[in-house]
Amino acid sequence: MPKTAFEPSIKSRPIYGTLEPRPGKSHLMIADAEGAEAILDLAKSTPKGMFDHTHIIYIPKKTGETFTGRLRELNPAQCYVGPSYEAALPRLRRVLNDAHMGLQVYLSGSEGLMGQAMLEATNAGIPHSAIQTEHRGSTARRMQCVHCKGITEDVTTDPFQCAHCGLHLFVRDHYSRRIAAFQGVRVDAEEPGNVPEPVERFK
Amino acid sequence: MSAGTDKIAVTVTNVVPVNELVTRFRFARTDGGLMPTFSGGAHTVVEMKDGATMRLNPYSLMSDPADRTAYTISVRRDDQGRGGSLFMHRNVKPGLEMVISNPVNLFPLDLRAKKHLMIAGGIGITPFIAQIKQLAASNGNFELHYSVRTASLASYADELSTAHPTRVHIYHDDKKQVIDLENLLDGQPLGTHLYVCGPKGMIKWVRGTAEGLGWPREAVHDEEFLAPPSGKPFEVKLAVSNKVIQVGEHQSLLEAIEAAGVDAPYLCRGGACGQCETDVIGYDGKFLHNDHWLTEEQHASGKKIMPCVSRFEGKTLVLDR
Amino acid sequence: MTINFRDETFRDDFTFRNSPEAIKRFPFPFHEDSYMYSVNMEPHKSYRPGSVYERTFDVDEHYVSEMKDRAKVLAEDPLRCQSLPHMTLAGWDLLELIMVSKAEEYPDLFELHRDGNKWHWINKPLGIDQKFVFLDEATLPYGPMEYITRQTQGDFAVLDQRDDNLWMDAGMVTTQADWSLDFDIGMNFFEWHAPVPKAHEMGIFVRALKFLLNVRQGAPARRLNWTMTVNPLLDTSPENYHKWGVMKQDLTMENMGEKMHLRVELQTFFRLPRSNALVFPIRCYLIKLGELVTEPKWGRRLHRVLRDLPEELATYKGFISNRPKIVEWLSKYDDGKPTSPGIWPD
Repeated sequence: MPKTAFEPSIKSRPIYGTLEPRPGKSHLMIADAEGAEAILDLAKSTPKGMFDHTHIIYIPKKTGETFTGRLRELNPAQCYVGPSYEAALPRLRRVLNDAHMGLQVYLSGSEGLMGQAMLEATNAGIPHSAIQTEHRGSTARRMQCVHCKGITEDVTTDPFQCAHCGLHLFVRDHYSRRIAAFQGVRVDAEEPGNVPEPVERFK
Repeated sequence: MSAGTDKIAVTVTNVVPVNELVTRFRFARTDGGLMPTFSGGAHTVVEMKDGATMRLNPYSLMSDPADRTAYTISVRRDDQGRGGSLFMHRNVKPGLEMVISNPVNLFPLDLRAKKHLMIAGGIGITPFIAQIKQLAASNGNFELHYSVRTASLASYADELSTAHPTRVHIYHDDKKQVIDLENLLDGQPLGTHLYVCGPKGMIKWVRGTAEGLGWPREAVHDEEFLAPPSGKPFEVKLAVSNKVIQVGEHQSLLEAIEAAGVDAPYLCRGGACGQCETDVIGYDGKFLHNDHWLTEEQHASGKKIMPCVSRFEGKTLVLDR
Repeated sequence: MTINFRDETFRDDFTFRNSPEAIKRFPFPFHEDSYMYSVNMEPHKSYRPGSVYERTFDVDEHYVSEMKDRAKVLAEDPLRCQSLPHMTLAGWDLLELIMVSKAEEYPDLFELHRDGNKWHWINKPLGIDQKFVFLDEATLPYGPMEYITRQTQGDFAVLDQRDDNLWMDAGMVTTQADWSLDFDIGMNFFEWHAPVPKAHEMGIFVRALKFLLNVRQGAPARRLNWTMTVNPLLDTSPENYHKWGVMKQDLTMENMGEKMHLRVELQTFFRLPRSNALVFPIRCYLIKLGELVTEPKWGRRLHRVLRDLPEELATYKGFISNRPKIVEWLSKYDDGKPTSPGIWPD
């Protein structure tokens, strides 16, 4: 699956690039599902020996074993394949806690994964603009309900129903790095009950 | 509105030679009031009435930012310069009344930093002295690596080493002591911010080494005030105020504009802040751009000039002032 | 000077109103009969005694009731006031700026006694008497920004300056025009303004940012902004949109003068000395259309401005559905006569 092309949007909406090797003595790559392909593509142009100093954290989701073998063949210094982002989080925090300036972070895959991993890396002290990203795979969105603050993962329709408070929310492009989510606002606030038919906007 | 407004009338209360090249000046408010607090890294612009010439030079504040009784600066004598530092050394005595600007900070600490790593060369130590006082008062985590020519020219090295023996490291050129920069940068924890103030070569070396080691641009900060270079005199037409002015050999374009009574904005007077950016209406000749502000494309475009440090050689130059 | 602080509400029974004196000093935002975005900055200097521009932080007859409303909003939702860890110093800067200004400019209402870092603050309208140690958070009941902004009208965005940008890293936001501090905290200048239509394309934010980055200590700036609100709601937050959005339906030609409000923000900008941060107070003034048209010039002008406003702006400002009714109601106060330049009543 190639790199995703997005429609032009507002200034708070993240823009994703193409991963490229950067100088640094250690490298941390975090990907989910089809995000593995971005790492495999990156590996075509990495300087010799870079993977000797690379730690890969990979969450295959529904791609299963599709990419795990090829990732391991890159011979990274460490390669973790885990069942979920939540399961990988203690490991990620441990890695960042001990890392030194110059660590290069590469994120690829879904917006939810990249957003949450970026939050960990920025909390550890890496400026967000120094973290590379490349979108691959699902365009489903991680949404925050502005009313109850609950997060609904993998939203594909607009409007959608908040998984926490049950309000019907429309999907904004306004994005918060600190929450790693887009903003959902009640669609029928001015005319309660007048909820438009949900349309599938994200896959 | 000129950025030089909101000035402070001060009296020089102390002039202390620090060593062969550096002299320290202390300014208190002439009206007896308190100085504004400031943030470590800030500078003030000192106005010098040197005969018919008005010079305005920026100097980093080195006093404790929380001490509101006075400001202190240190000035290194530059015998080849345009005369600002010589004026300070020769003409400024205790009791002299002067005018300085409110503090402006173009070299602030990033208060998110988990650690502040400071690299100073020579007189570049001055902003760090104020920053260290600020950080020491708030239990901040800092480390200073200070490179000097000789022990006798090491301004404030003894005071800093005594106050912070484990955090301050001094390197003497004459003893062939060099900052082991690559090793130093390599071991720093995530969230460290790097600051460098010193000669142009040092800033380039530190920036280049950090970049090569993968340090993010946003975590590296530098400050270099350019002294306006001297050059051939030239003539400029100011279109808005409808004046033709002459820029002297040892005068900057900005100074010449001000001398003609035309209000022009500025903050740093050293090519860094962007405040004095001026549109060029027409020209026939060659620009001598010396600023850090405009992009290379803007330099090449012939549409912009930073009059604080840049000059012109040629037949005509018309500015939107 | 005495201010008769009104006992009034900005919710439920909505007893808020302006006295005739408050109407006279209302910061009407339109200097001509049409409106478009601009970087309408000017120095925040004292002028026109009695006007909202006279003092650094204006205190008016709504002060005590506005502070009660803020306390209620915070009790319901503490996320309206947040400060990222590196912004505490800026909070102290803000506390100092407000306490010093208010004590100097309203000596009969506020007192500040300083002995080194031992400070004693007296706020008579709110009945507060607080001794504390400046720069020691443990000596105040809240963080410094929260402490002082619970006692100061208007919202406060405290902006860190780095990488040639401004970052919204702290704030007290309970009287906002439909934006969420909890969502926007940590964003840069372009990001938190992202939802504003048209202005990005016009280069407004690039110019505004350039101006703001260069706001200097001792030289604050100000500008006005505006929107329309049904009912005198201070809290028109996105968090509570599902509670106040429905009120837009209640508007009729009969209750227009009472229910429809022009909402004006007096935005000021101060460089903070110790932190080098920028504080952006956003003071909200409300006026009922029925109060506003008692100044004939304002009635005529508001009619023309709202009638001719581009559709995107009326949508963004949230009154597109009610615009026809508002314009029709205001048309009764527009006899077509020319208006004098400037914002002040004739």
